[in-house]
Formats: sequence, C-alpha cells, structure tokens
Amino acid sequence: MVDIPEHLLQRSAEARAKALGISVEQAMAEMKGQSDPTIISKEPEVKVIDETPAPAAETPAPATETPAPAAETPAPAAETPAPAAETVAPVKEEHAAETTEKVAAVKIEEKAPIAKTPPPAKADAPDEVDFAPDVKVTQRLLTVVKAKPIQKPVKEPIDKVNTWPHLMLPEFVALMAMTAFLIFLSAILQAPLLEEANPNVTPNPAKAPWYFLGLQEMLSYWDPQIAGVMIPTVVGLILWMAFPYIDRNPETHPSKRKFAIMFYTFFLAGAGTLTIIGVLFRGPGWNWVYPWIDGIWFDDLLDWIHFE
Amino acid sequence: MSFRDRLKETRAKASDGFRGGKLMSSIFRPGSPFRKGYVDSPRNRSYVVMNNVLYHLHPVKVKRHGVRLSYTLCLGGLSFFLFIVLTITGIWLMFYFRPTELAYVDIQNLQTTIAFGSLVRNMHRWGAHLMVLVVFLHMSRVFYHGAYKAPREFNWVIGVILLLLTLLLSFTGYLLPWDQLAIWAVTVGGNMAGYVPVVGAQVKFGLFAGLEATTATLLRFYVLHVLFFPFIIVIFMAVHFWRVRKDGGISGPL
Repeated sequence: MVDIPEHLLQRSAEARAKALGISVEQAMAEMKGQSDPTIISKEPEVKVIDETPAPAAETPAPATETPAPAAETPAPAAETPAPAAETVAPVKEEHAAETTEKVAAVKIEEKAPIAKTPPPAKADAPDEVDFAPDVKVTQRLLTVVKAKPIQKPVKEPIDKVNTWPHLMLPEFVALMAMTAFLIFLSAILQAPLLEEANPNVTPNPAKAPWYFLGLQEMLSYWDPQIAGVMIPTVVGLILWMAFPYIDRNPETHPSKRKFAIMFYTFFLAGAGTLTIIGVLFRGPGWNWVYPWIDGIWFDDLLDWIHFE
Repeated sequence: MSFRDRLKETRAKASDGFRGGKLMSSIFRPGSPFRKGYVDSPRNRSYVVMNNVLYHLHPVKVKRHGVRLSYTLCLGGLSFFLFIVLTITGIWLMFYFRPTELAYVDIQNLQTTIAFGSLVRNMHRWGAHLMVLVVFLHMSRVFYHGAYKAPREFNWVIGVILLLLTLLLSFTGYLLPWDQLAIWAVTVGGNMAGYVPVVGAQVKFGLFAGLEATTATLLRFYVLHVLFFPFIIVIFMAVHFWRVRKDGGISGPL
C-alpha cells in the first residue's frame, strides 16, 4: 500500500473519531489495521436512521398539521455527515496545492430519511420546509493515492558528448604521440642481438624476459613448485580473475575501498621490487650485485647502457 | 579579382566537384566529412561514427567525464593501437624471416642489408615491451577506478586473459631472433613450466617440442607467435570491446 503522509492520516483519524465517537488513537489504530474496525458499531446507527422514516411516513397526516417533528428528524441523520464535511474541506484545499498526491475522495450522497416525506410536507406547507438539510452531499477521505507517472524513466539522463569529435580527436592525438614516441625510441635504441643461439654455452646469469624476472627472483627464495607454479597460477591467474567476485563492495570511490586500494598497491610495490631486483641486482650465479659497481647483468638493456 | 582569389575559387570548385562526384559518394557513406556538403551538426556527428566501420567501435555518444584524458590516460586504446602497430610491423618482418637454422642470419640481414629493417625490428621489439607495460598500466587504472565492479566483472576476467595472452605473445616472440639472449630466456621460462605438478614434464616437452630449446622449438614458437595467439587474442579483444559497450560504456565518474 502507498505510504499515506502522516498529517493526512492524522486528520482522517480525527474525522473518523469524531464521526464514530471514538478516541483519535483508536481511530488511528483502526486505520493502520492494528485493531478491529468499529464499523459494526456504526451499522446499528444507520439502521436507526433508516428506521426513522417509517414513523415519519406513517404520520403524514400529523405532519401536515405540524411539520416541526418532520423537520426535527433530519437532525440526527445530519449529525454524522456534518463533521465529515467540515474536515474534508481543508484537506481538499491542501491537495489543490500538492501536486504529488491525489486525494480520492468519495462522494457520499446521504439522503436523509426525510427525503421520502417531502411530498406530503410540500403539499401542505411548502414555505416552511427547508430542503437544504434534507439532502446532504458530503465528501469523506477514504484513502490517499500517490501520484505515479504512466511512463517512468528507467534511469537518470547521463551527461554525454558526441564521440566525434570529442573522443576521437584526443584519441587520434594519443595514437600519433605514441607512434612518434615509438619511432623515436626505435631510431635511437638498437634492439639487442647477441651471438647465435648455442645450447652448449650457458650464459651466467641466464635471465628470463623482464616481466618474468619477478618470478625468477621468487624462484631463488622458494621451492619451484611454490614460486614457479603455485604463485603464478593460483595468485596470478585464479585469484586475479576472481577478484571482482571476491570484492563485493559496490563502492568505487577510493576513500570507500581502502583495503582494495591498499591490497593492489602492495601487490604493485612487491611485483615492482622483485622485478627491479631481478633485472638490476642479480649477477652471475644469481648473486646480489650493485649495478653501479658491478654493471648491469641484463642483456635486453644492452643498448640502453652503451647508448651514447 | 586577384590571382589569389581566383586560385582559391578554382580549387574550391575542383574540390567540390571531386567530393560531390559519384566515386566519392560511393566510397564514403552519408555524413562523412569526405563528402560534399558536410556541415558540423549533431546529426552529421552521429553519422561520422555510425556510417564508418572503423569508428563503429565507439558509440555515437560517450560520457563527458570519460573524455577527459586524465581519466583513462587512453591506456586501453593505446594497448589496442600497439597491437595494430605490432601486427603491421610483424607482417612486414615475416617477409624476411625463416624460423629455421637461418633465423639468426635473417635477423642479421634484416639489420644490415634491408631498407628500414633495423627500424622496423626495433619498433616491433620496443613496441612489444611497451604493450606489456601499457596493458599492465591499463589494468591498474581499471583497478584503482573500481571499474571491475558490477556489471563489469566478466570483462575484468577477459582483461586478465588478454594480459596473459599479451605475455604469451611477447614470450613466444622472444625466442625468434635465435640468439643467446633468446634461447636462454626461453629455456629459463620453459623450465618453470616443467615444475607444474603431475604433467610438468609433458607440458615442458610440448612447449619445447623436445627436451630442450632447439630449432623445432623455434618453429613451434613462430607458429604460436604469428598465428595462434594473435588469432585467440583478437577474439578476446572483440568480446572485450563489445562488453565495454554492453556494460554501459566507461565506468564512473568516481
């Protein structure tokens, strides 16, 4: 069910309490469905009202003489709708101002029991019968229906720009810059080419490509089963692929995912350190060397070192 | 009318005649800046992307924050671009390279006697190192932006596979010059594969096409390098790019 604003609920409860003669708290409880509604208690009242026309109809003759009792009878009937009419009026005014809510008010046309009697009364004393209290048109607040658009936008509009030229021009510039950088690099740095491959002559040290040197460095610490197989496949592949399924924190801002940021930064630092050690600080026999004392033992960097 | 103005008019007329001709209209689809009467309008800006097979990788519109260079540093695009550069230079190198005992001589000839041979070989080698680096940086950028989170989890998985394939491409290419650096680097790497539990020896044998790196290994790595891995990586790249769009374009803003 729609959430009814509290002030409307309160006003409705007051009206109901007044109409049924119960306390506001009880009326509120009834409306919230916390206690049984007291509608049953109202029904006999209605019956009583319904029964009143009988004596009124039975005595058309005296009514002709004395319209006063006939005029009296509507009084009890008018009692119930009157307060309801009072309370609904301000509610309606308020809703004219509120655009988001709609009040479904039900018109209740309560014909006073005397409605049947007017003909005789009319016949004899037309001047003295006031029709206004006989036919009461009242409105009562039954429920509040929140306004909903027929078509609901699924998502908020996003601030977008045309791909051409706003994305493609920077991309083009980046590609050109990268091409220029690569050609420049290739023009000044010669790719290494050592002696022809000879399986009988093992260089010391024999180093893997730079991106595997972190692994090779780890191989010198631990058993190859762990450093060469377990860590690359379990940590490097399986854990890495499964990472989005492990990290279920939906936040993307760095301040709300400090652990993940820390984790990755530690990984970067660790991998970077191991790789740098493997590339620069390992010499013959995988012994520790200082590149500024013992030189660089990494042939892929050959031309970088001898570059003049 | 000055000579300068007349020249300008003649040139404009010739240009319009050429650009409005049947040939150009048949090559370039409506909305192309190469056709006559192109004006800068939102409609034509859309057509530029929609009516071109290459630009079609992109959507017509992208999120404004994603266009900022500082957000992506263009790393994903540059990875792809480096792959294209490596494909072009690699095909060129294939003309002069035989994966046999002659491999080393071919590389020597390439560097000494073939025009631009040295430059293209250098571009291929440094470009490959650069690609490993750029792909890794791209992954780091994605991680720090939390861009692997729902709904992009699976694209991260594909990305890790692409990184692995990049490393494999680089590693298989490392052997091809057939010098001491190549053969021993690959021996070290291949020996690591031998530590795989249970099937280690078989994996190593399959990788080396024997017990150690020989010319049979060279041929094997060559085929993997120029045919098999490029084929696989292109398929994964296609899925990767497709998923980027299907998962709602670039992530963020933060």
